[in-house]
Amino acid sequence: MSAPILDVQAVARLARLALTEEEITTFGEQLGRVLDHIELLNRVDISGVEPTAHACPVYNVVREDVVVAGLERKAVLDLAPRTANHLVTLPKVIE
Amino acid sequence: MNLTQLSIADLQSGFRSGTFTPVDLIRALEEHIVAVEPVVGAFLERDFESALEAATTADVSLPLGGIPIGIKDVINVNGQPCTCASKILESYRAPYDATVIKRLRDAGAIPYGRLNMDEFAMGSSTENSSRQITRNPWDPTRIPGGSSGGSAAAVAACEVPASLGSDTGGSIRQPAALCGCVGLKPSYGRVSRYGLVAFASSLDQIGPFARNTRDCASLLNVIAGRDARDSTSLALPTEDFAARLGRQDLRGIRLGLPKEYFVDGMDPRVRQTVETAIKRCEELGAEIVELSLPHTEFAVSVYYIIATAEASANLSRFDGVRYGRRAENPKDLLDLYERSRAEGFGSEVKRRIILGTYVLSSGYYDAYYLRAQKVRTLIRRDFQEAFEKVDALICPTSPDLAFAIGERTDDPLKMYLADIFTIAANLAGICGISIPCGFVEEGGKKLPVGLQFLGKALDETRLLEIADAYEAAEPWAGQFAPV
Repeated sequence: MSAPILDVQAVARLARLALTEEEITTFGEQLGRVLDHIELLNRVDISGVEPTAHACPVYNVVREDVVVAGLERKAVLDLAPRTANHLVTLPKVIE
Repeated sequence: MNLTQLSIADLQSGFRSGTFTPVDLIRALEEHIVAVEPVVGAFLERDFESALEAATTADVSLPLGGIPIGIKDVINVNGQPCTCASKILESYRAPYDATVIKRLRDAGAIPYGRLNMDEFAMGSSTENSSRQITRNPWDPTRIPGGSSGGSAAAVAACEVPASLGSDTGGSIRQPAALCGCVGLKPSYGRVSRYGLVAFASSLDQIGPFARNTRDCASLLNVIAGRDARDSTSLALPTEDFAARLGRQDLRGIRLGLPKEYFVDGMDPRVRQTVETAIKRCEELGAEIVELSLPHTEFAVSVYYIIATAEASANLSRFDGVRYGRRAENPKDLLDLYERSRAEGFGSEVKRRIILGTYVLSSGYYDAYYLRAQKVRTLIRRDFQEAFEKVDALICPTSPDLAFAIGERTDDPLKMYLADIFTIAANLAGICGISIPCGFVEEGGKKLPVGLQFLGKALDETRLLEIADAYEAAEPWAGQFAPV
């Protein structure tokens, strides 16, 4: 049994990744083989099995609601590719 | 006296008796690093002057006083680059210390250098680094393993006495095996992940590389512990992981041999070396119990769904906006995102983001991600049942010896399948260690083989006790790479 065909271009758009034609083809083949291998998971009887999201689960981990210092603004802005007036700048988002 | 070959314990002894100083050590290491780095290529960056300065003021009474520890380029060290061997973070300098770094500093250690890795910890050979190739110190035509290849190679080549790496699917244990040193993956939640650039948040753990088990225990003692900044780190009573080291035998220890871990596809010479090591454990008094981990064959598939899904979410922060590489002249926001990421990420990273996005996407989530999480429960259960019968599992770390650089880069699936022995431990959250157990000769070179012990979650003290006892009887780690 073979896996459903992965629409690399559509998924790349979801992942905000611009791929070349060559990448779309190559990744499609390579990931197709991986997905074919992964098909064997369909053989497992998972009825009544709960999913594990967290190997060593802890719940409701809270701390006191006390203000603590964060990163220094200058240190953070120095990392940004483009800034102006202590703000990170971007192309227009809203037309 | 060759300071570069000494263990942490011997270095401390020398410092405290005044036989030599941390400055002597840093200078000796630098001379050696300059000589071997053109071959090994473990370091992406190294600030010798700062390390020398730190050595001058080091307090040798502290648990790791004056000891330099190499750092995988995925852990934030204040003021230093943290590129994750990726073009997208070329310009990024960490504005804070990861919790493990803070703990190292508080213990007097000197975080030293940025060590090469597969980009964003995705890979098993360090060939996915966007920066440089790291070569195996035992045979420079071969890979050091990955993703913490630089961390393993630097320790194996005696460039540092110890280093930190990260393990998501075997990325500490496998390079330790291929480079002939000791690598420990702590249980999930044992060590804070604050400051570790996240690949797969439910699988990642930071852990030590060293040339012997005792040094790994010393490092774990320093880096382990609950951290308010990582709510997945566990609040546990303080423990001395070195407390049970020093036994000369394995009497009373039950070791489980998972039959699914001795597969036909593995290198028969690796298999034979590991089987000899298992016999040695039996001679030392261990009871060997054959058992089954029936869901082993599904582990790689489960991993490559869960890890890539988590990675697709974790790497969405690299968008060219607040830090890292931004594409030139974006025509709009979407173009900024798509091109910054396309230019910044390497092929393996892109592949995994695509796969991870796909398995989480509408219409496929139940068939892939949810199903994988349920099989993960079954894998975890296999280990829980095994640990009711035995104290630890014993098996190979890698099905192969270190292969030639470039040999597998065209076949991602083949690369993924080689993770078979290490991957399940991350899915189950248990602890594991790889220690040297012998060599195989090929091409006129001795290539290391790793023996893996897997322990119940939070049972590191017992795991280290067992590994240390084998090591005392078979000191393979006493041999040094001929680089």
